[in-house]
Amino acid sequence: MRAQRREGRIRKVLESMTTATIAAETVEPDFYHVKGKHGGILSWLLTTDHKRIGLMYLVAMGVFFLVAMTIGVLMRLELLGPGKTIIDPQTYNTFFTLHGVIMIFLFIIPGLPAVFGNFMLPIMIGAKDVFFPRLNLLSWYLYIAGGLIALIGLFLPGGPADTGWTFYVPYSIRSSANVMPSLFGAFVLGFSSILTGLNFITTIQRMRAPGMTWFKMPLFAWALYSTGWIQILATPIIGITLLLVAVERFFGVGIFDPNLGGDPVLYQHLFWIYSHPAVYIMVLPGLGAVSEIIPVFARRTIFGYKFIAFSSIAIASVGSLVWAHHMFTVGMSGTGMFIFSFLTFLVSIPSAIKVFNWIATLYKGSIALDVPLLFVLSFIVQFSIGGFTGLMLGALAVNIHVQDTYFVVSHFHYVMFGGMGFAFFAAMHYWYPKMFGRMYANKPAKIAWLMTTIGFNTLYFPMFFLGYLGMPRRYYDYLPQYQTIHVIATVGSWIMVLGILIMIANLLVGLRRGTKATANPWGGQTLEWTVASPPTLENFHEIPTVTRDPYDYSMYERPSTEAAK
Amino acid sequence: MGMWLFLFTELILFGGLFIVYAVYRFKHPEEFRLAAAELDTLVGTVNTIILLTSSLTVAMSITALQEGKKHLSLLLIGTTILFAVAFMVNKYFEWGHKFSLGIYPGSPDLTNKPQGEILYFGLYFVMTGLHALHVIIGVVVLLFVMVFIARGSVNKDSYVKLEAGGLYWHLVDIIWIFLFPLFYLIH
Amino acid sequence: MADHEQHHRDKKQHSVSYGQFILLWLGLLALTGMTVSLAGIDLGRWVIVTALVIASIKSTLVMGTFMHLRFEDRIFRVFVAVALVTFVIFISLTFFDYAFS
Repeated sequence: MRAQRREGRIRKVLESMTTATIAAETVEPDFYHVKGKHGGILSWLLTTDHKRIGLMYLVAMGVFFLVAMTIGVLMRLELLGPGKTIIDPQTYNTFFTLHGVIMIFLFIIPGLPAVFGNFMLPIMIGAKDVFFPRLNLLSWYLYIAGGLIALIGLFLPGGPADTGWTFYVPYSIRSSANVMPSLFGAFVLGFSSILTGLNFITTIQRMRAPGMTWFKMPLFAWALYSTGWIQILATPIIGITLLLVAVERFFGVGIFDPNLGGDPVLYQHLFWIYSHPAVYIMVLPGLGAVSEIIPVFARRTIFGYKFIAFSSIAIASVGSLVWAHHMFTVGMSGTGMFIFSFLTFLVSIPSAIKVFNWIATLYKGSIALDVPLLFVLSFIVQFSIGGFTGLMLGALAVNIHVQDTYFVVSHFHYVMFGGMGFAFFAAMHYWYPKMFGRMYANKPAKIAWLMTTIGFNTLYFPMFFLGYLGMPRRYYDYLPQYQTIHVIATVGSWIMVLGILIMIANLLVGLRRGTKATANPWGGQTLEWTVASPPTLENFHEIPTVTRDPYDYSMYERPSTEAAK
Repeated sequence: MGMWLFLFTELILFGGLFIVYAVYRFKHPEEFRLAAAELDTLVGTVNTIILLTSSLTVAMSITALQEGKKHLSLLLIGTTILFAVAFMVNKYFEWGHKFSLGIYPGSPDLTNKPQGEILYFGLYFVMTGLHALHVIIGVVVLLFVMVFIARGSVNKDSYVKLEAGGLYWHLVDIIWIFLFPLFYLIH
Repeated sequence: MADHEQHHRDKKQHSVSYGQFILLWLGLLALTGMTVSLAGIDLGRWVIVTALVIASIKSTLVMGTFMHLRFEDRIFRVFVAVALVTFVIFISLTFFDYAFS
């Protein structure tokens, strides 16, 4: 008996030794432990490794997100009752401006591409890095610079900008608050975005592994490619528009100022020519991440790969044609409004195609309800609600009534937060083992997911009714009949924030205490799951030759009844 | 490829300004015509010729380097830069002349003019100003390239940086090709 | 990354002769002369169209030869077309508002 037990113990020791030997044989350290030119903090700040850059974005972004989230919580506290609750009106105006600027320019737009695009794209296409690694680092520095510049207004007399993140003229020209830092910061951030897009397009065009044709590329890469084009072709418009506002503030030139003959509506055209495609910069990578996650957790190859790939291109293209649907109530020509409304309806089609294909993939799949998939499921419902209400807003007659109300606020939070935000959380939980070499605890993650989803919907769903009933957005004060819904929403915000904090805490704890992750804990078929967790410095010992489709789950499929006969 | 993609961003950056120009000219055609009379067509034409010729010289510098003629290449790039400087000198005098006439952003003279004219001059200063900034950037880029060529890191077998610098310069030229008729040739 | 560049270097060791460049330059000067003299004629509404057409021809020539676009892989011309079409769309859709006010 004792001999058997001893044998068992010896076997266990041998097993662990073998693993250790194997690990020792692949003696190449992961990218965290590589001995480079620099040590300590410089090995991060002067890195050109796409993986480290992705992580630096993650850390910075996390900080900005928490700041903006806190501002959101404070806003919701203020809105618990009519009149003043905790802050004064001017502060409230700066709050919604900051919340918007930080969330949009520092979290959602860079978002998935900067973190997961940087980390995963090269590995997914079988490359050792992006095409311009040093430009990549420059993008990060521009991001940090832009963020700091935009926030400097907080510390200057006059306070931060109070114009809303949209900087509409003429107020943005006349406001005595510190609008310039926000304008300039956003300009610098635009540069960061452009360079990232440029880098990704060139990387995908030039660095795919042998055998990886366009249609063997993961859908996340297709998404990043489409996004890159929007970044390049749309961002410069906001660049020049913000520059013009700055020049007008400084020199009194007379471009948009109505007193000097300028046309404020023209400003809005130019602003939205970027900012509408910008929402596709925000969401397309999220849609790509969802397309990655679903096949893995349904053990099915994705339904309609080519449709999903082309729909990304279609969304990028058609999405650049619809911007004036943000301007239906400003006095555009009837013809203009009609055309933009029509185009807006068109752009919903490729998005819907994606949703249908995802559902078709899940249907009769072998579903594993792990945390990434849970977030994806929330995403699908929430993104669809956001999409439907977007269509409602695209209908001219409805728009007249609900424009600039809480209906709009709810719509965009559903797509940007319930959509893109949740996609970010999903991607975080999906790629976590690859990035950190550890697994987070499942139970807290699932609890966090549940709380975040319930909280999110409690916070935002009632806002549709609030808007329909006539409560305008960006209003500090309101009539008593709106209070009930405001209270519900604020309570929802507490539940949601608690869920998010649990999620973040769980992920942080996992870095220290999580079990070590294997190369492929989820059973994914794309290239990143063939390398170590975390990857080595150059990702691959030798560049693989690709023969398989990216979502080949044929080994899981049941043999057809024909074959069985 | 990277430089071409970057050029697209410059194209759209200026494109935004062209959109503003187009809308305002559409709304105030007569006033634009009146205001344009203040501009000196001859100077504008000379500047156009200067930039076109500078494009010629920088393009030839690539051929020279491909043939291994390092010094000819440097000479041609240097000539390009000289042309750029000449362009800027002309600009300096043009703007100076306008200022002396009381035409500058925020000036009392300008504010009293009809709105279409204010818009015209606002656009004139912003667009030619932004263009001039790009001329300066182009010169800096070409200077860097000259240093690389002199040191030998850009040479007959590896001249992507020169091509990229050239591409940037040609874009600066193309933007002016459009600015010229739109501001100087409205009669 | 250097390997990629080398691969493309081998493909396009194409050199444009000085003569071709100078010929093009002369053409550009001629077009400039044309656009200046046409501006003197009263073409009414067509002034702007002729100016833009000539400017577009000049730009195409610059892109094609000075910028080597004619001799590059087709994908570059596709990219340029995409960028130009995008700009045209931006300006035309904006005019759908202004032209019909």
